[in-house]
Amino acid sequence: MLELVLFYTASTIALVATILALTRANATHALIYLILSLLAVAVVFYVIGAPFAAALEVVIYAGAIMVLFIFVIMMLNLGDKGDRREKQLLKPQVWIVPVIFTLVLLVELVLVLSQSTPAEIQGLVTPKQVGLTLFGPYVLAVEIASMLLLAGLVGSFHLGRRYLDEGRENSSRGRS
Amino acid sequence: MGSVSIPLDHVLLLSALLFICGLLGLMMRRNIIFILISLEVMLNSSAVAFVAAGARWGQPDGQIVFMLILAVAAAEVAVGLGLVLQLQRRFKSLDMDDANRMRG
Repeated sequence: MLELVLFYTASTIALVATILALTRANATHALIYLILSLLAVAVVFYVIGAPFAAALEVVIYAGAIMVLFIFVIMMLNLGDKGDRREKQLLKPQVWIVPVIFTLVLLVELVLVLSQSTPAEIQGLVTPKQVGLTLFGPYVLAVEIASMLLLAGLVGSFHLGRRYLDEGRENSSRGRS
Repeated sequence: MGSVSIPLDHVLLLSALLFICGLLGLMMRRNIIFILISLEVMLNSSAVAFVAAGARWGQPDGQIVFMLILAVAAAEVAVGLGLVLQLQRRFKSLDMDDANRMRG
């Protein structure tokens, strides 16, 4: 019964947060809601019996990929307009809704952890099974993923390097 | 046993609704950062479908496809954000409609 309550609460939060994220005018606010939506999806993963996927969702999606987004928004350097938005971020009506949703997720986490026995979930897939299958039958997919990541690395390095070089050129030209 | 299992239909419904949200966002927003966010939402919703199907039959394959989707999303975001930097430098705006003409 507890699983059902957790699942429906988390999926409602995920849907509402996604809709709010895609209708914001400000990219930083949208990212806050998107991180909330990813955390809620991680709860859904845990409840349907995939704890390893839930951990990866939090660490890689809500952690690493969102940090990339935030870095780029900082690099774009929106200037004066950015400063005004930064001040707006401290107003309660900006952060109160994400905080409420996150508190609901925290309550769910405490509920799960306070059970004396681990949640009995049908079809639980342990990280050990995932690892054995990943480096067994799927080892070719790991190689393909590594080549894809290498291509992404080279591509982003190429695009970003030109941005940095020409930015330096422009600033030195402006000084002389 | 002893616990009530979550119906697969409802998880797939959640996945479909998230995908629709992402698709609508992709079609309606013109800011390139929001387009990338919508792509993330769509990739994430397909990952939900894979993990749910994998968990329904107790097989680890769904989570392995989820990890591959993570790799795809990471590579896509890295290249996409590089393009965002280029777009901002060339057109001084993040609007996709400013960049819909080719040189030629």
